[in-house]
Amino acid sequence: MIQQELREQLLDAKIPEGPLAEKWSRYKATCRLVSFNNKKKLDIIVIGTGLAGSAAAASFAEAGYNVKSFCFQDSARRAHSVAAQGGVNSAKNYQNDGDNIYRMFYDTLKGGDFRAREANVYRLAECSANLIDQAVAQGVPFAREYGGYLSNRSFGGVQVRRTFYARGQTGQQLLLGSYSALMRQVEAKKVKLYTKHEMLELVTINGKARGIIVRNLDTGKIERHGAHAVVLATGGFGKIYYLSTLAMGCNGSAIWRAHKKGAFMACPSWTQIHPTSLPQSGSHQSKLTLMSESLRNDGRIWVPKKKNEDRNPNDIPEEERDYYLERKYPAFGNLAPRDISSRAAKEMIDAGHGVGPMKNAVYLDFKTAIAEYGEDTIKERYGNLFRMYEKITGINAYKQPMKISPAAHFSMGGLWVDYELGTTIPGLYSLGECNFSDHGANRLGANSLLQACVDGYFIIPYTIGNYLADDIKTGPIDTSQPEFEEAEQHVIKNLEKLTKIDGDRTTDYFHKKLGKILWDNCAVSRSEKGLLKAIEDIKQLREEFWQRLKVPGTPQEINSELEKAGRVADYLELGELMCYDALTRNESCGAHFREEYQTEDGEAMRNDEDYNFISCWQYNGFDQEPILHKESLHFEEAKVITRNYKK
Amino acid sequence: MKIKLKIWRQINAESKGKLVDYSLDNVEEDMSFLEMLDLLNEELILKGERPVEFDHDCREGICGTCGLFINGRAHGPLAGTSTCQLHMRSFKDGETIYIEPFRGGAFNVIRDLKIDRSSFDRIMSKGGYISTPVGDAPEANAVPITHDQAESAFDSAACIGCGACVATCKNGSAALFTSAKITHLAKLPQGKVESRARVLKMVEQMDEEGFGHCTNTLACQVECPQEISVSNIDRMNWEYNKAKILGKGD
Amino acid sequence: MSTFLENSTLFRKVLMALTGLFLSVFLIVHLAGNLQLLLPPDQASIQFNQYSKFMTSNLLIKIVSYVLYLSIILHAVLSLIITLKNKKSAGGGYAYDKRAKVSNWYSRNMGILGTIILLFLIVHMKDFWYEYKFGSLPMDAEGNKDLFSIVVSAFGEPLYVVGYIIAFVALGYHLLHGIFSAFKTFGAYPSRISSLLYFISTGLTILLTVGFIFIPIFIYLKYHIA
Repeated sequence: MIQQELREQLLDAKIPEGPLAEKWSRYKATCRLVSFNNKKKLDIIVIGTGLAGSAAAASFAEAGYNVKSFCFQDSARRAHSVAAQGGVNSAKNYQNDGDNIYRMFYDTLKGGDFRAREANVYRLAECSANLIDQAVAQGVPFAREYGGYLSNRSFGGVQVRRTFYARGQTGQQLLLGSYSALMRQVEAKKVKLYTKHEMLELVTINGKARGIIVRNLDTGKIERHGAHAVVLATGGFGKIYYLSTLAMGCNGSAIWRAHKKGAFMACPSWTQIHPTSLPQSGSHQSKLTLMSESLRNDGRIWVPKKKNEDRNPNDIPEEERDYYLERKYPAFGNLAPRDISSRAAKEMIDAGHGVGPMKNAVYLDFKTAIAEYGEDTIKERYGNLFRMYEKITGINAYKQPMKISPAAHFSMGGLWVDYELGTTIPGLYSLGECNFSDHGANRLGANSLLQACVDGYFIIPYTIGNYLADDIKTGPIDTSQPEFEEAEQHVIKNLEKLTKIDGDRTTDYFHKKLGKILWDNCAVSRSEKGLLKAIEDIKQLREEFWQRLKVPGTPQEINSELEKAGRVADYLELGELMCYDALTRNESCGAHFREEYQTEDGEAMRNDEDYNFISCWQYNGFDQEPILHKESLHFEEAKVITRNYKK
Repeated sequence: MKIKLKIWRQINAESKGKLVDYSLDNVEEDMSFLEMLDLLNEELILKGERPVEFDHDCREGICGTCGLFINGRAHGPLAGTSTCQLHMRSFKDGETIYIEPFRGGAFNVIRDLKIDRSSFDRIMSKGGYISTPVGDAPEANAVPITHDQAESAFDSAACIGCGACVATCKNGSAALFTSAKITHLAKLPQGKVESRARVLKMVEQMDEEGFGHCTNTLACQVECPQEISVSNIDRMNWEYNKAKILGKGD
Repeated sequence: MSTFLENSTLFRKVLMALTGLFLSVFLIVHLAGNLQLLLPPDQASIQFNQYSKFMTSNLLIKIVSYVLYLSIILHAVLSLIITLKNKKSAGGGYAYDKRAKVSNWYSRNMGILGTIILLFLIVHMKDFWYEYKFGSLPMDAEGNKDLFSIVVSAFGEPLYVVGYIIAFVALGYHLLHGIFSAFKTFGAYPSRISSLLYFISTGLTILLTVGFIFIPIFIYLKYHIA
């Protein structure tokens, strides 16, 4: 009974009253504020310096709070937001093609297969226009028309042109914008930046997040940092699949350790499998490089009609090619949403139409576009991507179609957050990709940069004040309190444990194994049988990990292997939770495709009657089955329909 | 393919390092250079040795973390390529490959091939930004910027901060890095406002960090993975001279 | 003076560029004057000696010549400071170094080229400038000091001619990098201006180098072989 009460209190999404379009402005008008003079009495810790983290840290600092910003990279500019290529969406309607906030809201909600909170999604669309203004003011060199006005391109799952871009390096340019804002505050001494520091534990005092334990990666030194609120902006954990489009250092450790301290995880299995990555070429591979989805604006996807085709693609005549996206989804064609494109590619590959030496890819062909617009135009649009493709594969894509393949990319799931981006631990916030908020079961292209920026620049600066207003008399957080001591000891013990196993298998061995289990059973398509087996396999692997791992060196020095091992140890627990998450959702929605729940022609079958909720998971101890809570979704304005990209 | 390696091993900034010999027998042509190092490290770990520490993260040429001096060249034998984009097909079977950290008076070795490039951050913190408040901004289309202007600003803004320009410079100069940011912002109307103050402060910090003089050998633009042009340095010089003569204000 | 030279890396380079370009302008004037040596022998002798007297007695030119000496000293001293600082900022160098592949050798060796030029300058000044000022020169028909005959006799020695050619080749490479680099240091960034300046710098360098090399060979061949 007490448990039940607690649940409801914890899962209050705090959605403001009023019509959808007015919720955010009402919130902003009525939330509590911290006066400028009081802000300097308050400390905020921000973990991660990607778009969400650096935007939040810069915004807090500018507002007057004292900020400590942490990242594991050697510079804040290297966070993985930097690698986003295609663009950022905004309902500016510069193209006069009928775009507006509502349409963008609806596209995003529909793209996410109606598994996101209406109010959050609307707010995302609402704040999108301001972001473009902000970025331009920071000097982000977005593409322009010859007349001097901003240019747009289309992205998957959308029929208007609302994507702003800076060649194929939009993420880099936006991140350099927020990084520069952050560095400006570092210079102003409002932000203390700790690079090469990894968060290893969250410290809670009386149920509130009050600090963190970090390890200085250059020296191995363990440090305590206290603050009135802790903001996690640590990005996605798709690296759990080992082969992914993420950076080597991307991890789920910060959110996982917060989860173990009481923060709920929401829909952790919802991982976007990106349809246009480069295929794996061998067992040595450490990373799958993404080719921006923007390529699908001009590239046509096809496979040979004949199975096990081994002719050179240029020798295969038109009538022997299957442009399967155009065939199956004529209304959206090559710009079908990512989940649908990935699944279609997997179907083709599984049916024996895959190309390349490992028969694991499909073609992305620019022949038609080059004939229509000329090579120079294509070069201007995607030059850097073509160059990148050639560097990696040694193939000139102006002459031959690219070979692409689906790869783990974006985590829609993450820490559960309410409308204020607060987790179930008071004072702990989660921004950007590491939370579950806006994308539902599938994220539309060019919405991730947007969400990270909007969370960091426009939402958290308001909502954190609503919480911190209670803390103006608290005074600095004393890090000599027993809770800090305990957390620090826990961290030290854990690190020692990892180095002392002294087994005979490397961290990468376990990571690759885990990745394979998840890729086979909890990725593009899932089944009950596969998931149950995966849970057993992961348990076993985890046991083996704690018996046979080998980490050379000690925790008291620079030690990359130890860093990796800590992250994989967390992945081995998080991976299991993902499987439980996928297993308990007996429907197909967005990226979550359960083989048991599909229509006759192989499309996803959603079950709105029984699964119109967000799965929120509570940690229940090591090796214990997690506890599922549900946040039901209510759609007041949006008409819930079955996604159909065919017409 | 088989390869021999001579890798710089150094325990910390204070200690003396040296080249250590290794060999690998089962390298594949399709491996990236860093995957080859992964392979070596796997072997070292299982043998009970310390693996080689090296900087890397995104492995797709954009984060700027990786930076190795390979066979006497920054980022290896190919121009306009970062270390992570280099593949073993660029090397011959049986070849000996030298791997050293990027060097420069303002870069310190942390361990093995890992280096400290925090000096770049300090240069950026002195003015590598437009002092616009976060949160609100004027309408994005209010000031038209021509297509060519935007593209040209992008060319400068594309710098990934890897430090290859410093590593390849005989003087350890950070002119290309610093000038790319100065130029990116000077090329845009919104960045012009504070361009004089910016160039003075950033150059001052660049000097303070101990980077050398630019001799215009142009080596940096060859090794830059983003092919940032040395014309950025010319522009920085112009902005600097202008600021020196006219003063930083009004 | 020390704070002046302690200034920024960019400022030191500007001083190098200014003094270097001034010296280049001097070279043009010097070459133009020397071209008189190519006139028919009688005329060459009279005119060259007259010119020499003018160059050493005119007040304005005297002032300019002091600026010139100062430029040479500043250019040399600055280059020494810059080189020493660069050595420190280069950070110790590499065990295996193939950086020579990515830039022109002369752009990397301006210091060595400059040293050759400086050594040449000392010999050159001693042999002609010092002789003219403080030596006992014969007078020509017009009563001017006969520098012409000193010049002609000096270039009778093949090794001396070869020495000059080597120095001028060094000068040529020094200028090939130096002049254009100076414009870059001033900030000639627009690509059209930059290309134009590259064209001018290279043209000027070729002209100066060929001109300076031609004169000793011409004298040697005309006055000592023919």
